[in-house]
Amino acid sequence: MIGLDIAFWVLAVVCIAAALAVVLLQNVFRAALTLVLCFLAVAGLYVTLSADFLAAVQILIYVGGISILVILAVMLTREVQNGSPSNKLRFPAFLVALLFVIVMVYALINTSWQVSTAAPLVPTVLPLASKLLGQGGFILAVEIAATLLLAAILGAIVLVREK
Amino acid sequence: MSVGLEHYLILSTVLFSIGLYGALSKRNAIVILMCVEIMLNAVNISMVAFSRFITPTLLTGQVFAIFIIVVAVSEAAVGLAIIIAIYRNRETIETTDIDFLKG
Repeated sequence: MIGLDIAFWVLAVVCIAAALAVVLLQNVFRAALTLVLCFLAVAGLYVTLSADFLAAVQILIYVGGISILVILAVMLTREVQNGSPSNKLRFPAFLVALLFVIVMVYALINTSWQVSTAAPLVPTVLPLASKLLGQGGFILAVEIAATLLLAAILGAIVLVREK
Repeated sequence: MSVGLEHYLILSTVLFSIGLYGALSKRNAIVILMCVEIMLNAVNISMVAFSRFITPTLLTGQVFAIFIIVVAVSEAAVGLAIIIAIYRNRETIETTDIDFLKG
């Protein structure tokens, strides 16, 4: 248990520091690299929550896929030398984000959560598969997600195709 | 005090607000997309934390997290394609300069 606590604190600090670096770094390429670090820390957090399948999915899709897409877009648009400046809404945006944190933390701390003491399922792959594809599961949503992915891929191809 | 549900939820809130600040205040469209991805990850953390601490044997939160990941991937692919298409036409991806619709 103490090992899980230490892992949580280390991963939380890495995660928030990397997210702050994404927002604050002026070099867009370095921001993309710290975004990869943030995704890796989130995958570690999934491991501490005993969500092994989601941790693997996080690494495969976010660390392997989305970060490649983002870095490719950074390279294709040659915006690295312009940096990532803020617009005129910087101070109001900071106020909104701060207000959001204060309200949410206040609400979270003052809610009495009905925490269950049951042991988590390990491994989660088999129960997740039966939950997604089995009787009374999410099979319709899985089919819709497949259609959405196909539409997104076709849309992306049409958008970036050379005329 | 050992780490519980509140810790994960507060971490998720802080991560979400960092993403919110970046998405509202940045001018580079790619950085805005990166911040949106951070926000989606924060929501996923809270989904998995609820699944782990409230209903550890049902896994519904993890199923929702999987669908959020699917939608996030579609959004990233289409969003980056739109950014590259705009860059081809306008030679810029600064959101303050992309003002086709301004009269």
